[in-house]
Amino acid sequence: MLRFHRRRLAACSVALAAALAISACGSKTGESDSTGGVTADTSGDTVKVGLLNSLSGTMAISEVTVRDAIMLAVEEINAAGGVLGKKLAPVGEDGASDWPTFAEKAEKLIKVDRVAAVFGCWTSASRKAVKPVFEENKALLFYPVQYEGLEQSPYIFYTGATTNQQIVPGLDYLKAQGKKSVYLVGSDYVFPRTANKIIKAYAEANGLKVLGEDYAPLGSTEFGTIVNKVKASKAEAVFNTLNGDSNVAFFKEYKSAGLTAASMPVVSVSIAEEEVKSIGTQYLAGQLTAWNYYQTTTGAANDKFVKAYKAKFGADKPTSDPMEAAYVSVYLWKAMVEKAGSFDVEKVKGASNGVTFEAPEGLVTIDGATQHIHKTARIGKIGDDGLITEVWNSGGPVKPDPYLKGYPGASGLS
Amino acid sequence: MNPLTNLSPRVRAWLGFGLGAVVLFAAAPALLTDFRLSLLAKYLCFAIVAVGIGLAWGRGGLLTLGQGVFFGLGGYAMAMHLKLADAGEGNMPDFMELYGQLDELPAWWAPFANPVFALAATVLLPMLVAFGLGSLVFRRRVRGAYFAILSQALAAAMVILLIGQQGTTGGTNGLTDIEGFFGYDLDDPVNQRMVYFIIAGVLLALLALTRQLMHSRYGELLVAVRDSEERVRFLGYNPANVKLVAYVVAAGMAGLAGALFVPAVGIISPALIGIVPSIEFVIGVAVGGRAALLGPVLGAVAVAWAKTALSERFPGTWTYLQGAMFVLVVAFLPGGLASLWGLLKRRREATPPAPEVGERVLVKEVAA
Repeated sequence: MLRFHRRRLAACSVALAAALAISACGSKTGESDSTGGVTADTSGDTVKVGLLNSLSGTMAISEVTVRDAIMLAVEEINAAGGVLGKKLAPVGEDGASDWPTFAEKAEKLIKVDRVAAVFGCWTSASRKAVKPVFEENKALLFYPVQYEGLEQSPYIFYTGATTNQQIVPGLDYLKAQGKKSVYLVGSDYVFPRTANKIIKAYAEANGLKVLGEDYAPLGSTEFGTIVNKVKASKAEAVFNTLNGDSNVAFFKEYKSAGLTAASMPVVSVSIAEEEVKSIGTQYLAGQLTAWNYYQTTTGAANDKFVKAYKAKFGADKPTSDPMEAAYVSVYLWKAMVEKAGSFDVEKVKGASNGVTFEAPEGLVTIDGATQHIHKTARIGKIGDDGLITEVWNSGGPVKPDPYLKGYPGASGLS
Repeated sequence: MNPLTNLSPRVRAWLGFGLGAVVLFAAAPALLTDFRLSLLAKYLCFAIVAVGIGLAWGRGGLLTLGQGVFFGLGGYAMAMHLKLADAGEGNMPDFMELYGQLDELPAWWAPFANPVFALAATVLLPMLVAFGLGSLVFRRRVRGAYFAILSQALAAAMVILLIGQQGTTGGTNGLTDIEGFFGYDLDDPVNQRMVYFIIAGVLLALLALTRQLMHSRYGELLVAVRDSEERVRFLGYNPANVKLVAYVVAAGMAGLAGALFVPAVGIISPALIGIVPSIEFVIGVAVGGRAALLGPVLGAVAVAWAKTALSERFPGTWTYLQGAMFVLVVAFLPGGLASLWGLLKRRREATPPAPEVGERVLVKEVAA
């Protein structure tokens, strides 16, 4: 027995010694970084691009539409001859609505498939999880969803709205309508909590009263208490950052409590055409949304996009803001690569400033300094037919300001 | 006859550990790319949790459906230290400056700046929580489904707590963007490999410890408690204490696994410690065979590997395939993958089937 112990001890110490010997030459933190940076494989006739979306789990319902929009752009680009004469070969991976899985799959796309760029991610948590992977490997991610700002990774291009292109215009609109008080309702995760912090800072600087702030767990369908509190507060409007299924329960409860779009309008920032369909127009008609694109946005580029999308995925499938931003991101990457004349990540990044694209939402321009894009802000009203029509817009593309440096009252946020 | 069966169990165990060491320390690093090796490191972390569940559930009959809590405690303790180390002395972690709007580090973060405290906390904190909960629960003779529900409730509560405290815990994002591991740069593949070796070494050491526990008097007592708690009580033992030890040891292992998961994967978030991941830990153990020593390890690695492989091959439909796999194993191999070897041997030798450990357990549970 004793002898056996000693042998096992010996085995363990040999293993440990081997591990330490191998690790001895690893670099320490803070040393100059010679590693990292897997170059994309662009030697063949095709160039791989990665699609990283949740195809299973709670986020699948939203992210699959984004994947479809990216596929549409890839196919259109291939039909028109590809990028720098090379056809794009899309490689899809399932993020499974799980943040560490996103990180794993991002690494797989970069290291195993050696893709030239990755398009996708939806939730902020998934973006935060993959951010170090892209930075470490010096690879590009195009993130197509509006988000809470306060981020600027050198290896991510943000083609959705940052806060000053969606939330701030939403508040400006309420203020212009003469609203003096708001109530904040959101899902309990990073985007609503950060968005509400920004809203409170804005409210203080603009004489708007915040009468309450409530969070429901993601996926929660219990809104009796929250709606009663909203009603009792007698706020003049509600700012809604709820996500997904929770909206169904919230708006049903809202209606049954006797609250209407006329008496207390709700501005939502996470309800697009796709969600309107699943929540039901009877609960939503007349309520407001803040986005940069609607299916009804006018212009030849959007007519073409909507027609192509419906032809490919079905006439009953609506197009929405994140889908449009995802579709645009592929074209922006193409334009950047062509301007750089190379697929090399650093060259593509270097060429990004001022790259434009005639997008379905109108002309968009990349701001090289922040790697966000200039976008037009639009407030829309949900109609009985489930479509959203624009009631106000910013008049032209708004310069992205992810850290809200140009806004008084928001200086202490970052 | 198979020559292996003639050897004494002790020699066979020694051979098994030798084989395990060769596979983990020589074959895997030689055959796998850096990326695949880092995935294996992640699977092995799940395997460490599984070893603990194998002890508590397989041997002790405690359906621990809340191991995510202990995994999370260990993971957060480690990640907090690494985030503080990344930030440097006197600075706050990046996310805290972003979301927290705090003037100084919260008091409960401060001790984690000390590496010794943080390392000890990764194991002792989960054990302490398990001890607290276990003492209350087992003394009151809460068992079976009630114990499982309680474990789940704890996992759910911890997730809600973490998400609600975004400013100090990172909320849904968790703690990400970890750059260094006790001074070593985690971007460097050589250091990633070191992390893998540490994980593999810890797994083997814990397997040895668990084997020792299982073969000790305590191990016999634990099985006795699982099979008939009342009889053990009549014999003069306190079953609550017996169960408590297994539960606390399993919690410590889960904590250690969480701590090792952080440098291997670079993230710890509420998504890893809630109800679903807690159930996934148990599924791995069930697939592998919960009562055998190696069953949980094989199951955890097989399930995690299958998840990666299937989702890479079939991004759209892999969840169905994974579900089908679980159904097939539970339906046709109730003793798990570990019972496959015995099953095949029986078929070949056409001897009358001796009841498998897993089957016996199943019968007992139905009868109870």
